[in-house]
Amino acid sequence: MADGLTLDRVSITRAGREVVALDRHVAPGEVLSVMGPSGVGKSTLLSLITGTLAPAFRFDGRVLLDGADISRAAPEARRIGILFQDDLLFPHLSVGANLAFGLSPGGSAAERRRKIAEALEEIGMAGFAERDPATLSGGQKARVALMRMLLSEPRALLLDEAFSGLDADRRDQMRRLVFDRARDRGLPVIMVTHDKADADAAGGPVVTLGG
Amino acid sequence: MTPVKSVLPLLAALGMTAPAWSQTDPADWDAVTAAAEGQTVYWHAWGGSTATNDFIAWIGEKAAEEHGVTLEHVKLSDTGDAVTRVLSEKQAGADDDGAVDLIWINGPNFAAMKEADLLFGPFAEALPNWQYVDVDGKTVQTDFTVPTEGYEAPWAMAQVVFMYDTADLDAPLPSAEAILDWAQANPGRFTYPQPPDFLGTTFLKQTLIELVDDNTVLSRPESEADFQAVTAPLWDYLDALTPVLWRQGQAYPATGPAQLQLMADEEIDLAISFSPGEASTAIANNQLQPSVRTFVLEDGTLGNASFVAIPYNSGSKEGAMVVANALMSPEAQLRAQDPAILGYGTVLAMEKLPEADRAAFEALDLGVATLSPAELGDVQPEPHPSWMTRIGQEWIERYGVVQ
Amino acid sequence: MPIRALSDGGGPVPRTGLVAAFPPLTLLVMLGPVAAGLAGTLLPAFGYLPAAGLSTLSLDPFRSLLDWPGLGAATRLSVSTGLLATALALAAVTLLFAGWSGTRAFRVLERLLSPLLSVPHAAMAFGLAFLIAPSGWIARALSPWATGWERPPDLLIVHDQLGLAMVAGLVAKEMPFLMLMGLAAMGQADATRRMRVAQAAGYGRVAGWLKSVFPAIYAQIRLPVYVVLAYSMSVVDVALILGPSTPPPLSVQVVRWMADPDLAMRLTASAAAMLQLALVIAALILWRAGEWAVARLGQAWIARGGRGRAADQLLRPLGVVAGAFSALAVLGGIACLAVWSFAGFWGFPDPLPNGFDMRSWARHGPEAWQATGATALIAGIATALALILVIGCLEAEYRRDRALTQAGLWLVYLPLVVPQIAFLPGLQTLFLTFGLTAGTIPVVIAHLVFVLPYIFLSLGDPWRAWEPRTGIVARALGTSPSGVLWRVRLPMLARPILTAAAVGIAVSVGQYLPTLLAGGGRVATLTTEAVALASGGDRRAIGVYGVAQTLVAMVPFAAALLIPALLWRNRRGMHG
Repeated sequence: MADGLTLDRVSITRAGREVVALDRHVAPGEVLSVMGPSGVGKSTLLSLITGTLAPAFRFDGRVLLDGADISRAAPEARRIGILFQDDLLFPHLSVGANLAFGLSPGGSAAERRRKIAEALEEIGMAGFAERDPATLSGGQKARVALMRMLLSEPRALLLDEAFSGLDADRRDQMRRLVFDRARDRGLPVIMVTHDKADADAAGGPVVTLGG
Repeated sequence: MTPVKSVLPLLAALGMTAPAWSQTDPADWDAVTAAAEGQTVYWHAWGGSTATNDFIAWIGEKAAEEHGVTLEHVKLSDTGDAVTRVLSEKQAGADDDGAVDLIWINGPNFAAMKEADLLFGPFAEALPNWQYVDVDGKTVQTDFTVPTEGYEAPWAMAQVVFMYDTADLDAPLPSAEAILDWAQANPGRFTYPQPPDFLGTTFLKQTLIELVDDNTVLSRPESEADFQAVTAPLWDYLDALTPVLWRQGQAYPATGPAQLQLMADEEIDLAISFSPGEASTAIANNQLQPSVRTFVLEDGTLGNASFVAIPYNSGSKEGAMVVANALMSPEAQLRAQDPAILGYGTVLAMEKLPEADRAAFEALDLGVATLSPAELGDVQPEPHPSWMTRIGQEWIERYGVVQ
Repeated sequence: MPIRALSDGGGPVPRTGLVAAFPPLTLLVMLGPVAAGLAGTLLPAFGYLPAAGLSTLSLDPFRSLLDWPGLGAATRLSVSTGLLATALALAAVTLLFAGWSGTRAFRVLERLLSPLLSVPHAAMAFGLAFLIAPSGWIARALSPWATGWERPPDLLIVHDQLGLAMVAGLVAKEMPFLMLMGLAAMGQADATRRMRVAQAAGYGRVAGWLKSVFPAIYAQIRLPVYVVLAYSMSVVDVALILGPSTPPPLSVQVVRWMADPDLAMRLTASAAAMLQLALVIAALILWRAGEWAVARLGQAWIARGGRGRAADQLLRPLGVVAGAFSALAVLGGIACLAVWSFAGFWGFPDPLPNGFDMRSWARHGPEAWQATGATALIAGIATALALILVIGCLEAEYRRDRALTQAGLWLVYLPLVVPQIAFLPGLQTLFLTFGLTAGTIPVVIAHLVFVLPYIFLSLGDPWRAWEPRTGIVARALGTSPSGVLWRVRLPMLARPILTAAAVGIAVSVGQYLPTLLAGGGRVATLTTEAVALASGGDRRAIGVYGVAQTLVAMVPFAAALLIPALLWRNRRGMHG
């Protein structure tokens, strides 16, 4: 099977009624934008892919990542990164510790510290490791959240309204940052959004649900 | 004094009988002290009073110094617990080296244990210090009319006294009738702890003894007498007294100490006590106003002794006898009578003591509110335990449920 | 691949793991003793007590209960004090909410809540008894200059025959509990916006609140109200200290019979305990009927549309008076205890003692310290076990995404609604049968029954309010469910967990009857000592124990505030 993220005739039902259905392949580096009014099951679709679908839902079909069926794998084993509208940084950890939480295990302590410092530098936040996340600006938080996710070395990326919390300037910046990195790393991306501009910026295919 | 709870029914229910058991002859005191050396004695005693606990610790030091006996005070909230312990050990067949070596015991618990052969003895009258004990003047050979027969050793005397506030009451009251007259003239200024509290029941017994002409009937079980006829004067008395009690008898202090607090609060002017030294000790502890004094009734008041007994399965009987003997020593008795320490009455006869000890007793300042042994007068013996139970029940029906 | 082969796909494999065992285990720990205890009370009530060699079923225990001349009065007292205390506490809290929620005075009371809740019932009752007695602090402060009393008047205020002093004590102590429960309900009932609508329509504050918010709040606090009713009807320590004694309420008499060395009296005690249970059930049914009647009347009242603005003039002050009464009774009571513990001679009518000294602390300090050790040990173990069980349950609930049903909530409340006196005697008999005659373990087991529900109620809402996407993010970052629990959720919820622990410790510290009965009278905690002393009436000793008891209950609340503040002093996001 092809590399990338495949939704193989996926259909999610609740109490016997179909909530959402999709059959798509997202190639590495490609961004699939999923649009549609609220309540149409966009987020439910993402939770199926992350493996955190609520027990009330049932599904048919398969989720394939780089050809392997991950439909039944535990969320932590899937290596699928996700960003939400809120940064969801862990408030009890420093910025550096948040990144360390994401950073895949292994390596010496010094090596890990170096990787974190480099990551902070990459997003223009060098020297922020000891900072309390609550003291960061909205854009900074979003960047740390992105970096935390990337440090966990995901093989696919999900965006759940990831840019709607930001003001117009930052939104552009952030989109560029995310899409550039996804392309660099060859990550298939599925983006759920209600903002046409997001889809335009992504430049990939668009599916509209419930339409 | 510790409230006594009877375990008689428990013993009866289990139908216990077994022979007593003895190792060292108590009469051979040298053998006793030799065997006692190095033993550890677990004394199960009421632990509710700091003063008593300190005194027991002091006795422990003496026993360690003089005879190499280690004394451990197991603080009880209820003597019945120790009795139950011995009983369950006997059921389990633990006939030597049980957990209890010495018990502070009296009244119904002694009767129950003796009846069930749970005690070691006789030993008390073979102890060297028995020679000083006031056998004639004090009730040290019967416990609630049950003959002790040397199965328990006395160590303190308790006697009923009345505490009164001299600021409110001019002179002592000589009799139960005088108490009633005074109470009627001063309504709301007298009460007693609510039976079945030990002290409250003691007030009932004291009054009964005052009102009954022939006290010999009380020394036998109540079933052998016409209970209603004998106690009729008591109920007439209480019918007259209750309406003029504190709170018209609709509420009573729960215990002796609660009654003491009412006196300190100026709520009452007259109260009963089972310890002649209690008022002095309470004044010294800021728990009573300095104007409080005590008196006894002209015909004498109820008295009994506190005893220690040794369970049949103690593994340190010799050590326990050493402690029992130390408790009866003039030195310990003097210390116990000091109101600054314990304020308990002595079990010794002054005339039997060596000159120096007698002088020390005479020199003892008993405290402002404590009567001298002469002033305490005659001691009335306790009625048979069955009277206590029946009077308590009858009281509850008549006055305990007034609503 | 054919779809058919996948048709049983379902959700991802549920990874509940070990936590799945927690809900049944918790139910067993919480309800097992209640059920076993009820059975252990029921059998002796019909004459079956093999431990005492009694194994013939009969109605004799009930006959001997009927023979007790105080039965009628004791039963009446139990019912009347329980219903009155509950009705008054609920009315006072309702007035307080209706007239004052959202105001500064209300926030002051809110801040007093934790200390008010943590003061044990016994300490409060004793303090109140001294405050209101004819020779008490209030009378002393006013005598003789205002009252003319040189000696205290012979008035039956404490231990009064109607149990009014006891009702006052219960109302003062139960108000903070209902207020806490009400506050939690307020958030969910969207009270602020409801009130804005009502006031815009011209309704007075109190009338508007009663008509628009109260029905929603009451639905939420119904079970806590039942707890208050059952507790008030069967309380022992408060009744001993403030209630009548000729005769006492039924629950006190049950304890007396239980303590009788004559084992046959256990049968009468069990029969009386069964009667107590029946009384509580009957009262709950009566209360439910009352709810229905009030609801009907209330609907008619709402339909009439009266704005009730004039009533505010009267009802708002009444509400604040009720709130102040509760706070002053509890805090004033503790102040009494503190003053007494340092008092030299303090006669009537002196407003303060002649002198202050450390003698009472020197005398009773060492033993109080020992009892503090036992109290802390029991509270610590019971709370730790309860926290583990509750967190396990909540985590299982989260992982299986199955919220607690209404029936489940009833089960959580059940140990609090069944009168203690009805199942603890049976539990004690049961412990004896298994050879657990005394000691710390039976006491911890008994405490757990009461600590568990309170910790569950205290931790449940903050646990469920935790942002679930935080967990999804952590999982997506490669963390196992246990890793999420230990590394993310527990640290983030440190503050509510510590608060729940403080609640648990306060509940354990305050337990009188479970300690007394399960411990066979041999486990001396600050509460059993304080209650035993309260009957003795040595105010200095009670002062020492009451103050120590209050401190032990209060310190954990302070710690629950301080520890997170220290731990997260550089984490602004943790100070919500």
